[in-house]
Amino acid sequence: MADTVALKVSGLDVHYKDFQALWDVSIEVNAGQVVSIIGANGAGKSTLLNTTSGLSTPTKGTIEFLGDRIDGQPPHETVARGVSLVPEGRRVFPRLTVYENLFIGSYTPKSRPKREQILGTIYELFPVLKERRNQMSDTLSGGEQQMLAIGRALMSEPKLILCDEISLGLAPVIIAGIYKRLRQINEDGITIVLVEQDITRSLKAANYAYILLEGKVVLEGEPSVMTEEQVKKAYFGI
Amino acid sequence: MQDILQPVLNGILLGGLYAVIAIGLSTMFGIVRLVNLAHGDLLILGSFLSLVLASSVGLSPYWTILGVVPVMYFVGFFVQGFLLNRVLGKGMEPPLLVAFGLSIILQNLLLLIFTPDARSLMTRITLMTIQVTKSLNIPVVYLLDFLAGLAVILCLYYFFQKTYLGRAIRAASDDEGAAQLMGINTKNIYAKAMGIAMMTAGIAGLLVGTTFTFYPHTGPQYLIIAFGVIVIGGFGSMKGCFVGGFILAVAQLLGAHFLGPGYQLLSGYVVLLVVLALRPQGIFGTV
Repeated sequence: MADTVALKVSGLDVHYKDFQALWDVSIEVNAGQVVSIIGANGAGKSTLLNTTSGLSTPTKGTIEFLGDRIDGQPPHETVARGVSLVPEGRRVFPRLTVYENLFIGSYTPKSRPKREQILGTIYELFPVLKERRNQMSDTLSGGEQQMLAIGRALMSEPKLILCDEISLGLAPVIIAGIYKRLRQINEDGITIVLVEQDITRSLKAANYAYILLEGKVVLEGEPSVMTEEQVKKAYFGI
Repeated sequence: MQDILQPVLNGILLGGLYAVIAIGLSTMFGIVRLVNLAHGDLLILGSFLSLVLASSVGLSPYWTILGVVPVMYFVGFFVQGFLLNRVLGKGMEPPLLVAFGLSIILQNLLLLIFTPDARSLMTRITLMTIQVTKSLNIPVVYLLDFLAGLAVILCLYYFFQKTYLGRAIRAASDDEGAAQLMGINTKNIYAKAMGIAMMTAGIAGLLVGTTFTFYPHTGPQYLIIAFGVIVIGGFGSMKGCFVGGFILAVAQLLGAHFLGPGYQLLSGYVVLLVVLALRPQGIFGTV
């Protein structure tokens, strides 16, 4: 299992009208790994995740998940294959209760029959969600909403989760808690792609990292062998 | 005092019918922010479908519900899936224009097929009443309208609160992109939602047909009633539909009682204006 390629992005170009957001981006994520994608605001990190999950369509290049082409597929098909996105800004359904948000997470036909069982493991992972299951989700704190967004993404029993800026706007102690849970999720065999602006924390959590600058991969490697000097240079482009 | 009991009672019963007339329009607005201007005409299409079925099979019009409701589901699914979905997300006007066009086409199609004659779905119970006291009668048709309205709204409430499809529809109306990420094919869900809205319109059409006379061009009249109910009760709220239905119907019948039948519509709209002035979002409205 160790070197099965879960996600393979090759030569990806993505445009928004006339603006090119990604330039020939190639990344590889091995099954069972935590891979970090770092970059400043506007480097194309979210575009990469959104294109992988099908919210955007690439103009060139391919995306393969476990050997099957998934580029250009609509998001609902990508989810059914086992790729789940925790979107930037959490985007929980505000007028649904916590329980209903999780319920909708198991919408794919494959996960529906196992709903109560998966729900149990998620309540174990995030006990606060169980406590607040009958609350409207817009009454949750930011950290709780982030946990809900992660829990909801896990309800479809994904093999790969893509996390977009999960620490944005949260207190350090909350972020630490969420990263601890991510490690647990990873130990259960789920591959994780982390997109962050917070360099230190996400490098510490990752087995492999890519640094994006203005839509291009400028540095990649194992975080342990990257020097601070290299990372800074790649991140800021100086 | 005695003599206002009858119009109030009739108004409350009729309010149940007004609620079913409005619920489909309100639901679709709540979900896709779509103002379906063809709602009234689709409702009248339901009345004519029921007429055709009843006269060809020879059963009581109430039995035609078994045929009309499924047919209306597919009509709604088609209208949303093949017409309205194409213009969603392109601003307010295009869906409005498509719905308006559909309304004109439907009216003229019905006119062509059925001629402009007045029609009604007569049954044995059309003229039946239940005597409560010497001066108070319950028209059985109105009672059936009320019960059907209550049943439709309760079913719809259960559907939206408890089922995968219902919750998925609510999720999609909260955040379309996030709903897609849950594995929901939102376009398909919208078509199904319209199908369900049209099932309620089909039931409303049947009830309207058994209660009043209808013509190919009566659709807009019911669209206006639906708008009135929703504006009073609040757009997108089911509770609001029911309460709005009562208020509008009671106001109309009281107006007719005190001022004469000519003032029936006017007194309904006066109440509408009052609500608009005091609480523009409607009684249970959030937008």
